[in-house]
Amino acid sequence: MTYGVRGATVRFGDRLALDDVTVEVPSGSVVAVVGGDGAGKSTLLRALVGEVVLDDGDVSAPGAEAIGYLTASAGSWAALTVQQNIDFVAGVYGVTGAALEARRSELLGRAGLADVSDRLSSQLSGGMRRKLGFSMVMVHRPELLVLDEPSTGVDPVSRIDLWRLVTQAAASGAAVLMSTTYLDEAERAASLVVLDRGRVLAQGSWDDVRASFTGTVTSGQGAVRPEWSWRRGRVVHEYWAEGEQPTGDVIAPDLEDVVIALSLVRRREAVPS
Amino acid sequence: MSAPLLRAVAVTKRFGDFVAVDGVTMDVEAGEVVGLLGANGAGKTTLIRMLLGLLAPSEGVTELLGGEPDRERRSRMGYVPQGLGLYRDLTVRENLSFTAQSYGVAAREPGGALAASADVLVRDVPLGLQRQVAFVAALEHRPEVLVLDEPTSGVDAVARASLWDTIREQATSGTGVLVTTHYMQEAEQCDRLLLMSGGALVAQGSEADIVGGTTSVAVRTDDWARAFEVLDAAGEPVMLSGRAIRVADADPARLRSVLDAAGVTAELEPVPATIEERMMVLARGAEQV
Repeated sequence: MTYGVRGATVRFGDRLALDDVTVEVPSGSVVAVVGGDGAGKSTLLRALVGEVVLDDGDVSAPGAEAIGYLTASAGSWAALTVQQNIDFVAGVYGVTGAALEARRSELLGRAGLADVSDRLSSQLSGGMRRKLGFSMVMVHRPELLVLDEPSTGVDPVSRIDLWRLVTQAAASGAAVLMSTTYLDEAERAASLVVLDRGRVLAQGSWDDVRASFTGTVTSGQGAVRPEWSWRRGRVVHEYWAEGEQPTGDVIAPDLEDVVIALSLVRRREAVPS
Repeated sequence: MSAPLLRAVAVTKRFGDFVAVDGVTMDVEAGEVVGLLGANGAGKTTLIRMLLGLLAPSEGVTELLGGEPDRERRSRMGYVPQGLGLYRDLTVRENLSFTAQSYGVAAREPGGALAASADVLVRDVPLGLQRQVAFVAALEHRPEVLVLDEPTSGVDAVARASLWDTIREQATSGTGVLVTTHYMQEAEQCDRLLLMSGGALVAQGSEADIVGGTTSVAVRTDDWARAFEVLDAAGEPVMLSGRAIRVADADPARLRSVLDAAGVTAELEPVPATIEERMMVLARGAEQV
């Protein structure tokens, strides 16, 4: 099965939140949506789960009973314990009795939360709370898993745990669409979608994105054209379009370089002439 | 040689029986960008609060600008907390003017990307721009030392690069910068790294120094889902990286026997660990103690 959106366009007033975005999410794989604040990541995810109605385009998703959706903010009830949170969600999906016992211990075991099952959600660390939220949306074994910034603000160790949980879900057949602001995390996904101001800057596997990048990136102590340059530690990287004659040492760009270069090009084009 | 701008000597902080910071010695010199890394609960924030004089150490000494971290020295420092500390119901210009007056310096006109939003309420400008406002506000009194908590969390790649440009300009003009980050790719933006785990400083120096001798094993196979499943079930710290799988701090022979038993054919290659993998190994070690 492949879920996703085709030609998705969403307007909020006169602002274009999504502009003709097409994303495919096949079963058994992780697709990462990456972009900064306001890029359109949450709108894309909400469109896929049916919380935002498209102004144009199509959505392909299973019914609500087969979707697991972790929102960016919420995730669990602060005044309930870890176990109560899981049991409550399980009840909503009609999972009870021995099936619930088995599923709960499996999920909490995987998330490393078995020892804190009686702790209130409000008493968990940020990383643990995110893992609880993830476990809650997994209770009913969803076919489509949609995760809005599961790892933002979570410390690096918990982030690795979350990434492992996401991978487990994909390995057992779920289609996973997750958003992230971390480019290094997006690089790990089978396929990535880079959004900037509602539009797709680049998409495909990291190899596809690299292959379709036609410009050249140089590295040096300073920039010849500061408006086309960005800092990487002690050096400055600079973008040269196809056909331009680069000055400086040509380097193999990483995802960070490619995203910045494409953003600069796109924003230059967006300025009305 | 002038005194370090920030310094901790054998600093320990206890809250009851809990040791939040355990015998840490570190410093930040003028003109350098030092990255402070560590999982939540590693002690980063407690250490920063002691360096700034907001919390008294149980043992050891901290120094700010060569002396006791008092109010006068704190006024020569710039601090951007993760929550940014802006007034959301004031405009960009009013925020900058308020901070400038608090420090008794002349307010600068919002320039660059801030010019167009000068009269917009802070709560109505995008997060990336709010971060720039917080930066400009923290820099108005030309601080000698700058402490930044997760400065680029949530902003897009272009805004992030521009913030790092500002940070580097400050360091070049002699300011010392201490920055915490959860974004491991940003470690390359720092001149020197400090890694905390369980309250202690466990490694420092370059990225290579931080990773130390830790190696990981890259597992390449056509059947990644199956390989992931069996290695995970065997309790290995396994992670996906594109179509490949990585196992931190693993013994290739042990992985081979797990994969063979499950009938999965794979190529195994030892590779240097990443900083994140090193942190995961440390965290696992702490749990087992």
